[in-house]
Amino acid sequence: MKMQFKLYRYNPDVDAKPYMQDIEVELEPSDKKLLDALVRLKTVDDSLSFRRSCREGVCGSDAMNINGKNGLACVTDIAGLKQPVEIRPLPGLPVIRDLIVDMTQFFKQYNSIKPYVINDTPPPSHERLQSPEDREELDGLYECILCACCSTSCPSFWWNPDKFVGPAGLLAAYRFIADTRDTATNERLDNLEDPYRLFRCHSIMNCVDVCPKHLNPTKAIGKIKELMVKRIA
Amino acid sequence: MVNRHVIGAHYGLRDWLLQRVTAVVMLVYTIGLLAFLVLAAQTSYEGWKALFDCTWVRVLSTVTVIALLLHAWVGVRDIWMDYVQPLGLRLTLHIATILWLLGSFIYAIKVVWGV
Repeated sequence: MKMQFKLYRYNPDVDAKPYMQDIEVELEPSDKKLLDALVRLKTVDDSLSFRRSCREGVCGSDAMNINGKNGLACVTDIAGLKQPVEIRPLPGLPVIRDLIVDMTQFFKQYNSIKPYVINDTPPPSHERLQSPEDREELDGLYECILCACCSTSCPSFWWNPDKFVGPAGLLAAYRFIADTRDTATNERLDNLEDPYRLFRCHSIMNCVDVCPKHLNPTKAIGKIKELMVKRIA
Repeated sequence: MVNRHVIGAHYGLRDWLLQRVTAVVMLVYTIGLLAFLVLAAQTSYEGWKALFDCTWVRVLSTVTVIALLLHAWVGVRDIWMDYVQPLGLRLTLHIATILWLLGSFIYAIKVVWGV
């Protein structure tokens, strides 16, 4: 089967500006996912650059804009794609080369919410335990693979990537706010009680639409707002 | 000037909450006014004038106008915050918005209490 592509290409060393490349590739019967096709494409044009690692939707490396929607190439079925398949880098982040973007800003926001359990009380002899119910609250939060599909599909993150934490960061923020072993809830809420960091979210739910792990950052953001209201009411 | 990122103005929650509360006020007022239009036997000019001659209707109208203006302030300021990055221009737009809303407030008071 032949597959047609329209690829975003940009190599800052030789190209004055980005351009779209029309290219086609003969697929093997074993090629099922978009990532298989992209790897196959490298046999036609080995200058094409993209990130990939685990090829099974766990590492979050091969996030890209596929026919206008962010997703992971490795979990996107070839069969369901309209041809020519238009592939672009994640929107809103600086392009390093072809489909590879500079994720510094994204991880800076992730770091800003302190993505680790903070607990200064003396550790117990074994481990800090949670009840099954308390543990359940973390479901739908901890599974995030930081692929950045959500944050780079969010207009608020496009306009203010330096000040708005973005859906991925806010999902992680709630993951630690919701953790009963964490004792820094108040500081975490203080950290987000700003007109930009949390409240640039206008609940348009682009993040929910694209998340390859089917997580719901908008719901987590709603829960953070609820806790903030609870704190003052 | 040091190019430092400044965040942490703690009025995000207040404004977000304000916008929701004012929305409820406007909704209640709109339903009330619609109910009057539907239920009032004769919706003539006289009936309309009699309604707005009641002090409590004028007070409720004033409260709703204030709610509308506060709601608009947060909403319009959000648009400037999203799309206008140069600080000077943004501040100018903020001030222009405040002046415009203040003007609307004075005019609304004149309309509600003047007749």
